[in-house]
Amino acid sequence: MKAVLAVIRRDLLLAARRKSEVLTALFFFIIVVSLFPLGIGPEPALLRKIAPGILWVAALLATMLGLTRLFAPDHADGTLEQMALSPNPLGLLIAGKIISHWLTTGLPLVLLAPVLGIQFDLEPEALGILVVALLLGTPLLSLIGAIGAALTLGVRGGGVLLSLLVLPLYVPTLIFGAGAVEMVVSGLSPAGHLSLLAALLALAVFFAPWATTAALRIALE
Amino acid sequence: MRGNRASLEPPARGAKGGGFINWFKFASPQSFYPLAGKMIPWFWGLAAIFLVVGLYISFFVAPTDFQQGEGYRIIFIHVPAAWMSMFLYCVMAGWAGIGLALNTRLSGMMAQAIAPTGALMAFLSLWTGAFWGKPMWGAWWVWDARLTSSLILFFLYIGFIALQAAIDDARRADKAGAILALVGVVNVPIIYFSVKWWNTLHQGASVAINKAPAMATTMLLGMLIMALAFWMYAIAVILTRVRAIILEREAHTEWAKELPEVKGANA
Repeated sequence: MKAVLAVIRRDLLLAARRKSEVLTALFFFIIVVSLFPLGIGPEPALLRKIAPGILWVAALLATMLGLTRLFAPDHADGTLEQMALSPNPLGLLIAGKIISHWLTTGLPLVLLAPVLGIQFDLEPEALGILVVALLLGTPLLSLIGAIGAALTLGVRGGGVLLSLLVLPLYVPTLIFGAGAVEMVVSGLSPAGHLSLLAALLALAVFFAPWATTAALRIALE
Repeated sequence: MRGNRASLEPPARGAKGGGFINWFKFASPQSFYPLAGKMIPWFWGLAAIFLVVGLYISFFVAPTDFQQGEGYRIIFIHVPAAWMSMFLYCVMAGWAGIGLALNTRLSGMMAQAIAPTGALMAFLSLWTGAFWGKPMWGAWWVWDARLTSSLILFFLYIGFIALQAAIDDARRADKAGAILALVGVVNVPIIYFSVKWWNTLHQGASVAINKAPAMATTMLLGMLIMALAFWMYAIAVILTRVRAIILEREAHTEWAKELPEVKGANA
């Protein structure tokens, strides 16, 4: 546990030293979301309808931006090999890295989403569910993304390949996440979608670090 | 990692027990290569027979559908292709899992050989589906549960092929592909059901096949025979491809150099 905290602390510290990387992903999120009303037209009824989908798709893409950096710098300077050799289980250390990835990319998205939701004229209730859905969904994005990041580590054309591998796997998260908000917008209960999102999260918390570790060991071999 | 590789090579070559076929013998590319070569013509033959019979039934014997007219006959290609695309993904993931667990080389080659055929089947089911959808629903594409999950399945195949192609080291490509295939196979049912639930909100009328009036027996028979034809075709093509992969990867070995086809090509 101590090792996990140390990894989280280290990655957060590194992120704090290189603020621009974290902020880039955030501004990407803001800009992509803001482009849609400009492209589609500012009709409030239409915007309210498409808001959940747009916010979620933008969140998916913004998460992807940070994924390539999840393991690549550590792989380049040998930290990753040291982690693999350390007496602490690699899976736990990787879990720490995934948590810090979520703290630096997922959590800011969750906090920003309601502000952007206002741009789309969403009701307060829908904004609340949006935050809850993103709180459940963004860790899922980090967990699934970590598998992709580990698989494409050191592979040529890794960045583009990563999106090809990870985006299809993001589909259920997108559907349930955007679905929950849509339910509220159309006056239904979002409980079912949120439960499924939580179930997926539970599944991913268990399996994803394990698969990521396996993929990293292959990359390090 | 490297230490146990030697011990997990084909465990007992030639050690036959009690008259049964020793399946482990064929886990080595060297002994599987000629076996596959012997099986391929048979599967091609079976594929041709089933195809002829299946196409005859589907075009001449099966009655015209009273709702959809002649257009429904695309079902005889569409449904077997869709079945194969899903089934092949599971088989691919199965081989990948075996390869990862037992560290057998042939499993990775099989997974690699299955992927293009699976992708082809997924594409074929989407394409024929579009051709069917246009006259029946008036749209090439509908964001329906089955269609969307087939599309994602196609993307998963493409991702697997792209990942394998991007990694030069064959062993690493196998293992990385195996993990992706296994993650994908977990995702397949989730996608299938998720899109189903998602769309119940938007689409009142479902266009699922199982809601159509019960099928005539000859229709069902034609479809099953066509499915068998697709099976045989898939096996034949996959075996042919796996032989090519074996030759490619084992080109440095003595036994591969001794093969008549390799010798003939070099001479």
